[in-house]
Amino acid sequence: MNKNDVLVRLTGIGKDFDVSPPLLNRLMERQDKVLLKAVDNLSIDIPKGKTFSLVGESGCGKSTVARLTVGLYRPSRGSIVYDAIDMATLKTQAQIEPVRKRMQMIFQDPYASLNPRWRVSDIIAEPIRAHKLISGKSAIDQRVAELLVQVGLAAVDRVKFPHEFSGGQRQRIARALASQPEFLICDEPTSALDVSVQAQILNLMKELQRQFALTYLFISHDLAVVYHISDFVGVMYLGRLVEWSDKRTLFQRPWHPYTRMLLDAIPDIEMSGRQRIPVAGEVPNPIHPPSGCHFHPRCPYANDRCRNEVPAPIQKDESNVACHAVQEQRLPDVAVTGEPADVTTSG
Amino acid sequence: MGDTTNAQPLLQVENLRVEFPTRRGTLVAVDDISFHIDEGEVLGVVGESGAGKSLTGAAIIGLLEPPGRVASGQIIFDGARIDNIGYEKIRRLRGNQIAMIFQDPLTSLNPLITVGRQLTETIRTHVSVDERAARERAIELLNEVGIPAAERRVDQYPHQFSGGMRQRVVIALALAANPRLIIADEPTTALDVSIQAQIITLLKRLCKEHGTAVMLVTHDMGVIAETADRVAVMYAGRIVEVGPVQDVIRHAQHPYTHGLMNSIPVVRHDVEQLKQIDGAMPRLTDIPSGCAFNPRCPKVFEYCRDARPELVDVGATRAACWLYDDTRRAGDTT
Repeated sequence: MNKNDVLVRLTGIGKDFDVSPPLLNRLMERQDKVLLKAVDNLSIDIPKGKTFSLVGESGCGKSTVARLTVGLYRPSRGSIVYDAIDMATLKTQAQIEPVRKRMQMIFQDPYASLNPRWRVSDIIAEPIRAHKLISGKSAIDQRVAELLVQVGLAAVDRVKFPHEFSGGQRQRIARALASQPEFLICDEPTSALDVSVQAQILNLMKELQRQFALTYLFISHDLAVVYHISDFVGVMYLGRLVEWSDKRTLFQRPWHPYTRMLLDAIPDIEMSGRQRIPVAGEVPNPIHPPSGCHFHPRCPYANDRCRNEVPAPIQKDESNVACHAVQEQRLPDVAVTGEPADVTTSG
Repeated sequence: MGDTTNAQPLLQVENLRVEFPTRRGTLVAVDDISFHIDEGEVLGVVGESGAGKSLTGAAIIGLLEPPGRVASGQIIFDGARIDNIGYEKIRRLRGNQIAMIFQDPLTSLNPLITVGRQLTETIRTHVSVDERAARERAIELLNEVGIPAAERRVDQYPHQFSGGMRQRVVIALALAANPRLIIADEPTTALDVSIQAQIITLLKRLCKEHGTAVMLVTHDMGVIAETADRVAVMYAGRIVEVGPVQDVIRHAQHPYTHGLMNSIPVVRHDVEQLKQIDGAMPRLTDIPSGCAFNPRCPKVFEYCRDARPELVDVGATRAACWLYDDTRRAGDTT
């Protein structure tokens, strides 16, 4: 893709967490430091105005990537370049502030980040005041009303408290939009919601993206949601990106055995009677990940090389995939063709 | 309800009503619902949060948290009422005839006792065997639910098991006394997709082998589609549609079921906008009159606000909707 189109570029980023026992215990028991590599050598480009999604099972590091991108964590390695600005070079608050303003994060639990004792108008106005975007009470009030309408609530809802709404995610989105960001990092924004409300929020997010040319980094474990919202998808396993491409390629012609396994595990809502073979085993402990390719203990194609050598990402057809078996052409090509049967019912 | 199949159903729930008395009046969480589960059948109960699906499950085995109570109706298990038999009797029934699987496996296992002890205790409560036989049975059960090296793992504590393995242990516990009905409340919700697939496959296999009936409570239509024989869709304390799973999923009759199915994103199914149901499930404090779904229903007409519809046969399913009452529709002037 064209270099100018990239809004956020993560290059070889890694994040280690120190999970060692306390210093004194460590000295007495002569143990080394224990590092958990939550994210390991991950590189992605997020194009302007598009949605890049990261999928993976719990503990794969996808939320850590979100937090690294928005600056809640400092990367242990690698660089994050936001619109040609290397985030590592920003030292003072005055330098960071204007970049921070351009990105916002939406968390999973809609209530956890809304102060239950504040009225919605105060919650939404907070970032406006903090970033000194608008001054004057009436101007702020007007902006709050505007934001509420944008997310599908009514202007009169401003006097309500968070608990008076059901679902709750709309206020979070309104708050996130308050500083007029161009980049939203969404960490499982719909997984605490019921399906009917989830559909409303996904529709709203797509609508807002069209309207304001927003760029999304979208984190989710739900592949159907990811398929619906994304332009590009990356699959993570134990801190590493194992495959990424545009969404259609990834869902229709997956290469990495882990991607194939994930796609196969999606419940079959169309009731096509497909027989699936669940992959045995579970995600190993990330503190002591398997050597070589992290997926090798669960992979039906693993050989000695997989056990010893970390696979480097290669281009395979339209996809990028980190797998020795794919590189050595030991893997059959599995193209999932055909639109699924229409589940839309009459009535 | 005039259910006239020859064989008597294993579980028959008739006009069940669950109430919560509060200072500001009585809240009705489950409102006059009837359904049955046949021997060896998997009935899915699906709905969004607040629909009353978990409370229905809890009411059946007498585990309603006070002040919640069964206000009226009957629960008949294997031909006998079990809703009014007293604490001791229902306790004996639980685990023995009816077992329960909860969402979070950690809360159903005692962290201070080995998995083996928990299993043998359960086995010996319900079956008269000695310690050694119980232990052998425990290992056998762990093997059956697919836990590798069961002989060694039987002496481990719950924290030494991963999430998926813990849920397997919980299933082994539920199976310990060979129950005839398992009530599984969101058994896969806390698990990752790959583990969820393993657990669904396991549950399906075990139920087939043991002829155990399952009431599967979940919000996940995908899990229902994979597992259930029949499905009951709940909304605001009522069953709005019930029928064979294929018919409900492919030819939903009730506007809520229909809307619910369409609001679920599907992989490799390109749509610009998901069809959404506006609004949200009403709170128990202000359930709309008439059909509870009427404020959100795209096909609402005047009569829907006045009277509550009951389940009627529509095609292959039963739906509670005035759309299928021709006289009401004809009388509609809107």
